[in-house]
Order: sequence, then C-alpha cells, then structure tokens
Amino acid sequence: MTTARRKDALKHGAIWGFILVELAFFSIAGEFLAVSDKAFMDFDNMLLLLKQSAPIGIIALGMTIIMINGNIDLSVGATYALSAIVLLDSMTWPALQAMGDWAIPLAWGLALLTGTVLGALNGLIVWKTGVDAFIVTLGSMLGYRGLVFMINGEQPTSHLNWTLVDFAEAQFLGLHTATWFLLMAALALWLLMTRTVHGRNAYAIGNNREAAVNAGIRVGPHMMWNFVLIGFLAALSAVVFYSESGSVNPNDGMLFELWAITAVVLGGTKLTGGYGSILSTLGGVIAIQLLRKGLGHIGAATETVNLVIGLILIAVLLLDRQLNRKGKEELKI
Amino acid sequence: MTEITPVLRLDGIVKTFPGVRALDGVSLSVMPGEVHALMGENGAGKSTLMKVLGGIHAPDAGRIFIAEEPVIMTSPQQAKAKGVVFIHQELSLADELSVAENIFLGELPLKSFGRVDWKTLYDTTDAILETLNVGFDARTRVGDLSIANQQMVEIGRALTVNPRAVIFDEPTASLTDAEKVVLFKVIADLQARGVGIIYISHRMEEIFKITDRITVLRDGQYRGTLITAETDEDEVTQLMIGRSLDLSRNASHHQMGDVALEVRDLTCGTLFQDVSFSLRKGEVLGFYGLVGAGRTEIAETLFGLRTPSAGQILLEGQAVRITSPIEAIRHGISLVPEDRKNQGLVLGMNCRDNMTLPQVDGLRAGPFVSSGAEVEIFDHYKEKLDIRTPGWRQIVGNLSGGNQQKIVIGKWLSMRPKVLIVDEPTRGIDVGSKSEIHNLIRDLAAQGYAVIVISSEMPEVLHVSDRIIAMFAGRVMREFTSEEVTEDNLIQAISGIKEGRVA
Repeated sequence: MTTARRKDALKHGAIWGFILVELAFFSIAGEFLAVSDKAFMDFDNMLLLLKQSAPIGIIALGMTIIMINGNIDLSVGATYALSAIVLLDSMTWPALQAMGDWAIPLAWGLALLTGTVLGALNGLIVWKTGVDAFIVTLGSMLGYRGLVFMINGEQPTSHLNWTLVDFAEAQFLGLHTATWFLLMAALALWLLMTRTVHGRNAYAIGNNREAAVNAGIRVGPHMMWNFVLIGFLAALSAVVFYSESGSVNPNDGMLFELWAITAVVLGGTKLTGGYGSILSTLGGVIAIQLLRKGLGHIGAATETVNLVIGLILIAVLLLDRQLNRKGKEELKI
Repeated sequence: MTEITPVLRLDGIVKTFPGVRALDGVSLSVMPGEVHALMGENGAGKSTLMKVLGGIHAPDAGRIFIAEEPVIMTSPQQAKAKGVVFIHQELSLADELSVAENIFLGELPLKSFGRVDWKTLYDTTDAILETLNVGFDARTRVGDLSIANQQMVEIGRALTVNPRAVIFDEPTASLTDAEKVVLFKVIADLQARGVGIIYISHRMEEIFKITDRITVLRDGQYRGTLITAETDEDEVTQLMIGRSLDLSRNASHHQMGDVALEVRDLTCGTLFQDVSFSLRKGEVLGFYGLVGAGRTEIAETLFGLRTPSAGQILLEGQAVRITSPIEAIRHGISLVPEDRKNQGLVLGMNCRDNMTLPQVDGLRAGPFVSSGAEVEIFDHYKEKLDIRTPGWRQIVGNLSGGNQQKIVIGKWLSMRPKVLIVDEPTRGIDVGSKSEIHNLIRDLAAQGYAVIVISSEMPEVLHVSDRIIAMFAGRVMREFTSEEVTEDNLIQAISGIKEGRVA
C-alpha cells in the first residue's frame, strides 16, 4: 500500500517537478542567453504568467472532467469566440447602454448563458444520439465557428467599457482578476471531482462505463452536465479575457481546444478516461505557459516554442507508457 | 510396413499461473485421420492446453512433437506454419473484407511493387471453397455471411497451409442442426486426407457421433483416454466430474421464508422462452446449462439490461416492470455479473469507492460525500466477507480474483437486496477462494437472502443450490430439488435429452 500511495504521489507530483525543472533551467540559461536583463523568476513576471495561463487554463479544467469521463470536446475554442462576441456586442445594444454600468453583469450573464447553452447542445446530442463526443464536437466546432462568422462577419467586434477594464486589470492580494478566476475555478472543480457524487461517477464512467451502468448511474445525463460545465467554463474564460482586451476577432480561440487538451494530457489525465486530476491539469497549464515564456526569455522564436512543446508532450507520454507497462505476458497477442 | 506415428503429440505438459496449477503433466496424442475429443469441465485446463499448443503460453515443462519431431511453439502463426491450425469458437474475421481477403489475411499473394495479385487470390480461394463445398464465392463480403458460413471461412483459412492437425474449439456452439451436418462433413473430409483433429466440445451427442478417442482433463490433470466406441456417456462423465469431498450437496436445513421472486412465462425474443420459476427467501436457486442456453440472459432481464417480450416478474407478490438497472436496484434486485472485470468493477478505482458506488448519493453530508460513512460500510463488509486487502485505498485491479468478487458481493449486500443474482460466482477464481465464495453464498441464504446462482460448473451448482433449474436452448428443461438431482440426469437435461431421448 505504501508503494501504491508513493507511486500515486509521484504521478500527481510529476508535473510540479517538471515545473521546478523548467524554472531552474530558464533561470540559469537566462543568465547567459536572456535578451532582457531582467531575471526570469522575477515576481511580477510570475504573476503575469499566471494571468496569461487563465484563458486556456479555465477551459483545460473543464476539459479534464470531460476527458476523465472518456469524452473530448473540440468545440471549446468556437464557444469561447462566440461567447466573447455576445459579451462585447451586447454592451453596445441600446437597451443595455441605457443601463450604464449595470450593463456589465447583464452582458456577463448573456455571455455565460451562451457558452452554457452551446455546451448543453453538445451534451444533449452526445446523450441522445450516442454518437462519439469526438465526432459531435468536431461538428459543433465547425458549426459554432460558422455562427461566429455569420454574426460577426470578417471584422473584429470591439467595445471597451472602462469600468470593466479597470476590474479586469485589478490586482487583489497581488493576483490579477484573471488569476483569481482561474484559481477559484480550479478550487471549485477540485472539490467537485474529489468530494462529490458527480466527481465519483465521472471517474467510474470513464474507467468502466458498463460497470457504472450496472451500478445504476445515469451515464447520459451525467455526460451532458459535464458538457454544460465545459461550455460555461469556455464562456467564463472568454468573459475574463475580453473584459480586458475589448476586441474579438472571428478567428480568436482557434486551436484553444488543442492547447487545453495538451495541458490536460501533460498533467497526466488519460485520453482513455477514468484517471486524471484537476490540480495536475493546473500544473500542465502552468508548465506550458512557462515553456512559452521561458523560451521567449532565452530568445527562441515563437515557431520553436511549438516544436519544443510538441516534443515534450510526446516524450512525457512515452515515459508514462514505459512506467506503466505491465508484465511481458500482457504485451503478447 | 512402417509404424503409424502420431501427427501431433503433447507430452507431460505443465503450466503454472500464480496460485494455480493450470496443467499438471497432461499428455495427448493425435493419429493421422483421427478425431480426438478433448473434454473436461470449464476450468479443467482445455483452453490452457490449447494455448500452450498455439504458443501463446510457454509450458513450464513437457514437450510438443509434430510427426515425432520435437518443436517449440512461439506463436499461433508459427504453429500454423508447422501445420497446426486452430478454429476458434469466437470467430476473428474482418466483416468488411471479402472472403478471399480474410482467408489470406496477412499473406496476400503479391505481384511486383507490392501490388496484390487479385486473380491468384480469388482463384486460390475459390479452389479452397470448392473443397469445402459451400454456396458462396471468394468475393463475398464476410459480414454478409451467416455464422455457419463465417466458420467455413475460418476453416478455409486453415486450409491455406497443408494442415497436419486442426483444432476445433466448440465449433457447433452457434450452429443449427443442418449447419452441423455440413461441418461434420468437412471434418470427415479432413479426416480422409489424413489430418489429425482435436475436437473440443461439451456436447456428448456430437462427441459420440464423430470422434474416435476421448481424452478427459480435470482440474488441470490428465484423467485418461478412452476409445469412443468402447465407452459411454456415464464413464466419460465420471472421469470429467470425479468425486471431490468439499463439493458435497448442501441443501438448506434452515426454514425458508416467503416467496421473494416469481417469474411467469418470461420470454425475451429468441434468447429464452416461457421461463417460469419462483424463489423463496433463504433459498439458493441454481441455473445450469450450456453456454448460450439463456441463463445469463434471464439474469440480465431481471436486472433491467434487457427488455422481455412477454411474461411477468413479481417481487414479493407485486408485479413490477424493470426497464433499467436503476429500477432493478430500486426494486431490490442486485446482479453480480458474469464478467467481473468488465461489468462488475471499476478496476481503476479503490475498494471503498467500488463498494459504495450504487449508493454513494445516499451518503452525502451536504454537497459532499461523507468519507466516514463510506469507510464504515467498507469496513463492515471487509470484516463480514473477510476481504483481504491492506485498506480501502487499495486499487481494486490489484486484488486477487476472489477478493474482487467479494467486493462486488459486498457492494450489493450493502444495498440490502431482496434478490441477489450471482452469475458465475467463481469464474477465474483459484480453488481456495472458490469454497470461500461457496460458503458465503450458503451463509447468505441462511441469513434469509433469496439467491440465484448461475454457473456452468456442475459441482458448483450441485454444491450451493437448494433447487436447480436445467436449461437448454432458451427453455427450462426441468427443475430439480437437491434430493432428486444427479449428475447424470442433470447432464441429460442440459443436453436437451428428456428421459433418455433426444428432444
């Protein structure tokens, strides 16, 4: 048992160890290669890193649950863009403009509702048709992105509300608003996954769907709620980011689904479902952002960053496979 | 004149798995042109022996000879190259490919630049199909064929090499009588060509019809080889079952309670028809029959996994409709499924979480699950069922089969079921734990639980049941009390033989 628990701790801790290695590497390499003379481990720099992790991070948290369930959601980037448009566009509606700053919570509400509805739609289709989530969300990824262009045209939607910008740029106890949202979402989902019936069922369904059905778990509705949740989180991510930026391009959020999946996988969640953790995903998100920032810090070009992240992802999965390989007898056949 | 040598000979094969001696010095020889039956109960070691022959398991001791040449088998492909071919009960065909592509899968004839030589492929295949005398050609899509014809494709695959020995594993399990005749003819043709045949089956009738000799295994041990013409069903059955003291009859001496479950004329399409029985509290009702007799399907219907097409289910006198496991659980019906690992347990989760899975919603304190309440339930059943695990955090996949099964049983006992159905209670469980599970089932009955036990192991059914229902081809053939049942009349009932006659 002690070995089992140690192994488990090692697995959960691995991503944080990796983050420490990254920090050490970039700090030392930065001394020789840095383009700026600021230290990499500068406190403000780290705060900024957390803030920049937020948009993909919030989505990746939801993706963790979806993937623990044994599903995947490819439509989150499009949901993100559509929610952002609703957020910014709604504030320009005469009815809302007349409300002054009260338009802000209403616009937020509308944007979050958009994401929730889009997620619910995915979930309903997965539940009622039984079509694989990959296919369903591949379709809705294209469909939702189509909606973005239909509503928006090729032009960016812009609206700056200075009260909102002030809120988004605020720092409370040193952390930025976006970071707070990321941390609160992580805490809420961590509680959901470790302490509630819903979380327990998510693992059970992902690990062995048939056994879950035999234990009387309603698999379909359960999955739908997770899609509702990730839709909401995609919208929350958009709300947090665009409150500050105030301008959304119709192509925004593209590839977000893949970055979110990358972070989740890097955090050790299994693609096949049944295993994973919210905190490790948070680690995965931070690790990716650290890589990006760190490589920039030592003067690597943006293109190199993706190459390195890709290589690291494959290396991590290879390592995982080697460590988890069962006896030789299992491999035959 | 030269002496006839066996085409295939296995000599003193020993194979041990952790905790189980699966094969203990088993020998078997097949002469050219002979059909040699391999018999034994489930778990007797037949399939392990065939896996050793196919190179899937390496034997710990013993040797394999082909035409008296010692060989070491490393894979089914290599065995095939040496002329030993397997026709499995489960067909392994690619539905979307043609008959020819399936037959030559992995060894398609090629032209230059790796192009497939379709003409040769189809011509060779048609030649093979002709020897099998079947009514379809090389270009037919395999998915469009009947099961029997798909089996012919599988046999065709064996004929691409010049086989010395062909092993048929339960080949008639899903065939109709007419299809069987065709199969037996193919076997006779192979025989005439001097091929040695190992024929694995539970069906006495077929064994006595087509085989020359019968080798019997029991508990991994060689029990003897009989000449078919000189023996009878009784002798073979004796060898197969033997006598073992720890599996004595075990009818209940305690008082039975009220009727817990009554089933009237339950039918589910072609799977089973007009099944009626009743079950009292404190009683163990055994279901016995061959694979495919409809036993598991009845359990699945009672548990809401299948929808019956006709019939009634009454729980404690009340008619109920059960359309999903959720409702079955609510009505107090629990199922310990046949396939523990795929249907019963979430292998990657810990012991506690597995045990409380169906009722975790009732163990909440506010929004969060009360870990204390869960651990309490786990500890209670850990002690009650003597589950050997270091603690509730242990991942269930790491436990032994017996302890895993106890987790599943504990899971359902904690729901206080009115009816507990246990399908294959000891499949894949080592001998020591088997009797523990048996005793557990007896204890539960003594405590007043109504229990249904489904098993394909006769000693098990005889040992734990108060009454036994024998099934054949989806129908109840006969119901036995523990006083009237004998191994002979039970075997006859599940083979479709009524009062000594073929049904």
